[in-house]
Amino acid sequence: MKIAAFLTRRRVAGRRIHWTDIVAYGYLAVGVVVMFGPVLWLVLSSFKTPAGLLEFPPSLLPMAQVEVTVPGQPQPLPLFRTTLPDGQVRDLVQLRRVGIVAQMADPKDPTQTFRVPIDKREPVRAFAMATGNYTEPLARFDFLRFLWNSIFVTVVATAITLLINSMAAYALSIYEFPGKGFAILTVIGTLMIPITIILVPVYLVVTELRLVNSLWAVILPGAATPTGVFLLRQYMLTLPRDLIEAARMDKASEWQIYWRIVMPLTMPALAVLAIFSVMWRWNEFLWPLAVLTKTESYTLQIGLNAFQGELQTQWHYLLAMTVMTLLPIALVFVFLQRFIATGIGNTGMK
Amino acid sequence: MSGRRDGVSTDAAQNGPAGTVPAAAIVARPLGALIALPLRLLDAPMRALQRTIGERRMPYVFLAPNAAFFGVFVFLPIAINLWFSVTGGPALFLSERPYVGAGQYGYLFECGSFLDPNSCREDHFWRGVANTAKFTLFQVVAMVAFSLITAVVLNMKIRARGFFRAVYFFPVLLSPVVVALIWKWILQRDGLLNAAITSLGGQKILFFVDPGWAMFWAVLVSVWAHMGFYTLILLAGLQAIPADLYEAAEMDATPRWRVFRRITLPMLWPNMVVVIVLALIKGVQTFDEVFVLTGGGPGTATLMVVQYIYETAFSNQVQNFGLAAAASCVLGVVLFGLTLAQLAASRRRAT
Repeated sequence: MKIAAFLTRRRVAGRRIHWTDIVAYGYLAVGVVVMFGPVLWLVLSSFKTPAGLLEFPPSLLPMAQVEVTVPGQPQPLPLFRTTLPDGQVRDLVQLRRVGIVAQMADPKDPTQTFRVPIDKREPVRAFAMATGNYTEPLARFDFLRFLWNSIFVTVVATAITLLINSMAAYALSIYEFPGKGFAILTVIGTLMIPITIILVPVYLVVTELRLVNSLWAVILPGAATPTGVFLLRQYMLTLPRDLIEAARMDKASEWQIYWRIVMPLTMPALAVLAIFSVMWRWNEFLWPLAVLTKTESYTLQIGLNAFQGELQTQWHYLLAMTVMTLLPIALVFVFLQRFIATGIGNTGMK
Repeated sequence: MSGRRDGVSTDAAQNGPAGTVPAAAIVARPLGALIALPLRLLDAPMRALQRTIGERRMPYVFLAPNAAFFGVFVFLPIAINLWFSVTGGPALFLSERPYVGAGQYGYLFECGSFLDPNSCREDHFWRGVANTAKFTLFQVVAMVAFSLITAVVLNMKIRARGFFRAVYFFPVLLSPVVVALIWKWILQRDGLLNAAITSLGGQKILFFVDPGWAMFWAVLVSVWAHMGFYTLILLAGLQAIPADLYEAAEMDATPRWRVFRRITLPMLWPNMVVVIVLALIKGVQTFDEVFVLTGGGPGTATLMVVQYIYETAFSNQVQNFGLAAAASCVLGVVLFGLTLAQLAASRRRAT
């Protein structure tokens, strides 16, 4: 009795565990497996050798057959746990295999050889990370180029977005001027026009500007985000006006008021927009897919999609590159997790 | 003079309003420093400009860059799109395209029966419409169900709430391509799921060969990737429900189920409407995850409208820009309707 009372004791006195609490924790436990499991499985799989990936049923951890260097042999030989005809079990290396019979040798004394049917032995396996999955694509494919393209697009586009969106938001929040209502209305009106709808004509515009296959074709069309203007404006409306008036008294120019006073005060909102912009740009797919047709201008997402078309059988590279692609976003998540969640919750946008 | 103003701005950055989050500073400080340099260089020209045009015209200067981008990449394309949809031929440039009136729309809508895609001239478009409708319907139902359950559980007095919230939110940040590849790897013939099925004594299932399974997983993967976002919206709604309502219910020893039905659900309804409409809008636009996961297959079983538009315009042998533009105008009308519904819903939430 006492033990049961101890186990069900809660921090809040007088409140016993309700069955819904148990269901809730059960649901959360399943949730952790379902939400994190696939990503964890991807990471574990990405360290497996091609042979390890073909295994069915798959092993949980990346395992590889142990190979031993034997004196007198040029290459390392695979190690097997072998049951000899006399019932003795020994770890032997395979010298050669003819049909269903293998010639095995003792790794310590290679002159001692045995002929064994191949169903009388099992590979000796140990935990091994196939890091080649990560290093080889770097040499064989243009992975670094894709990575650079993605970083360039993300950084430049985010910088442009922050600058022009905050300028517009500043004009729409601090000033009264003819046409202001119309401008605000247009911003709200374009909030919900996705690139999907104007795919073809934006392609024409970009062609006319001679930007097809240039990274600027990815950067420029999405730079003026209505969401960003809206978010920044709502924040700037809360800033104290006295500060701006005081700066005007000190003969600060409007431009100086913008970047020396209003911008620093808007930092929290700018940071939210920066995170969004990084997320949007890093993950963008449909538009780059339409406008980037040369391999050297691919971003990571497009490169990855092209790989999965080409390398149907080379999952070991594909999985490793998928991990590389999600890594930067995962890092952002780890460091800014709480902040991102509240930011999205408050603004209701994605 | 400038020294004093510097003092003002650094002060402001440190004691920003509305509780500056330290994490914000980590991102914002270096970015701010990066942006500050060109901004400083613009000081002199901007002051000269202000002197010539006057202080009252300055807001137009601030508005100009953003407006120019909007004009070139949003408003101009909308106009061109309409023109594209009433012209024909394979040419991209407007002057080379002959006017065909409502021809593209007529072609798109030429159907024996609108309920049977096979009876249509452009059967792929109608298959896309049917698939998108099916996908959106299942996805919205599953999305609302799972995010509601998750939000309610996360709103309970549980331990490690921040951790669990992060767990459900994490996939929202992943790119569609990554999401699709993760699941493709799990669902493939010799994948983890089939290993689990065979270890329980079942037969391997070829998920991407069977049209029903392919659609099922397209919906589920999409829910997996995005439910964290909708959960957050519902969670915000749950936390806005006044606690004294629950306290009063607890005093009366009301069963939890009735508390949920009589207090939680009605109070949460406005947020639910927002979730439903947002999920509808996103669902209609679905492309990338499903495209990478199934490629629209098997056959055309998971071909979505957006994939049809993309392929008609960019990847077919004959690039039919006019037809793609007409299809996107149709999609635009649908999205416009949904957006109006969302605005109406959020206005009701505000009042």
